[in-house]
Amino acid sequence: MTDTPFKPRDLSWHPPALSERYRSTHLRAPRQPLLHMPQTETELTGPTFGQNDLGPLDDDLITNYAAPGETAQGPRIIIHGTLRDEDGRPVPGKLIEVWQANAGGRYRHVNDGYLAPLDANFGGCGRCMTDDEGHYSFRTILPGPYPWPNGGNDWRPAHIHFSVFGDGFAQRLITQMYFEGDPHIALCPIVQSIPSDDAIDRLVARLDMERTIPMDIRAYRFDIVLRGRDATIFENQMEGT
Amino acid sequence: MALKESPSQTAGPYVHIGCAPKAAGLEPRGMGEPLGENMVPVGGERVTLDIKVFDGEGAPVKDALIEIWQAGPDGRYAPSSRFQNWGRQPSDLSTGVAQFKTLKPGASGDQAPHILVWIVARGINLGLTTRIYFPDEDNSTDPVFALAGERAETLLAIQTDTGYAHTIRLQGENETVFFDV
Repeated sequence: MTDTPFKPRDLSWHPPALSERYRSTHLRAPRQPLLHMPQTETELTGPTFGQNDLGPLDDDLITNYAAPGETAQGPRIIIHGTLRDEDGRPVPGKLIEVWQANAGGRYRHVNDGYLAPLDANFGGCGRCMTDDEGHYSFRTILPGPYPWPNGGNDWRPAHIHFSVFGDGFAQRLITQMYFEGDPHIALCPIVQSIPSDDAIDRLVARLDMERTIPMDIRAYRFDIVLRGRDATIFENQMEGT
Repeated sequence: MALKESPSQTAGPYVHIGCAPKAAGLEPRGMGEPLGENMVPVGGERVTLDIKVFDGEGAPVKDALIEIWQAGPDGRYAPSSRFQNWGRQPSDLSTGVAQFKTLKPGASGDQAPHILVWIVARGINLGLTTRIYFPDEDNSTDPVFALAGERAETLLAIQTDTGYAHTIRLQGENETVFFDV
């Protein structure tokens, strides 16, 4: 399997490098089209991680920056879902990294000077591994929306950043997760740089009452999909043997 | 079941919190160790690799996150306690230089020694993949280097006293070759 290339990436599904309304892309988008190249061992392989690489509180943003006995401020939520490839196969044993603003929309970062205060008990950084069925889960608080400099009156929807590793570096992905029902999704230039509403919808987490723990914490479900293997080549190889 | 890949979104200006927390000013507190900081360059030619990214106006990009993935000196992709093959560094918030301490990769198969480079940042909607090749190696038979044609020079690092330095231009004159892999 390791030698089977990944399916070509559908670049028309992803946001284009240059998005007129997202001003930071103007000087950072390459003008030349991406040069297509065949996948080699370099792109088919990638780093591997294990639970031993993580700390015991990495999957709990509610407590992993909090003083003993205290917790982060904000609505308590579980984020969970399944990591699959485009063929629907669960992708087990993969590292997922997340980062986010606090409940007031402020990041714990030297470059963020937004008016909303820091929460002494919240760092905004978390990590987890997918299990044998490709499932992942972490606890956090609902991040707040915040304004950002883009030349106008722009506000980010509440969101959580996701960094995901696959089997090969060609699958490496960074994206953002949004929350069902947020009116800022339709207004945000970064979200709307994605060409289709269908694609945007894949980044919207759903309230999951079944996983909600009564009198404790609500749950949202967010499934993630990485590139699949190129079945045509695999089948051709099989026919040839 | 045919699914579509999750669409990419920018890593944004605060990517450090999740991927390079020291650069964000985040104290470790209850989290485990940051990943990718130390490639454990043992058992080969140790080199520093300084990568600097520039935007379309020639200004250094100071909020990028850069990952590298490379073969070891033996040309193999086999991370071990001696060498990690994968590294991750932020562009320095004041100078824009992302510095890796690594081992020089060996040739693998028909490929000349090279390093995969992956760049994410505010204003980059889909992570950019490029490669670094070495000026003191024979790259003439490398199939990917050849694909870049007359732009292949944008993939060549330069030698320094302690290793190599490489300039990546996101846009405009001498724009770096980025690959659709």
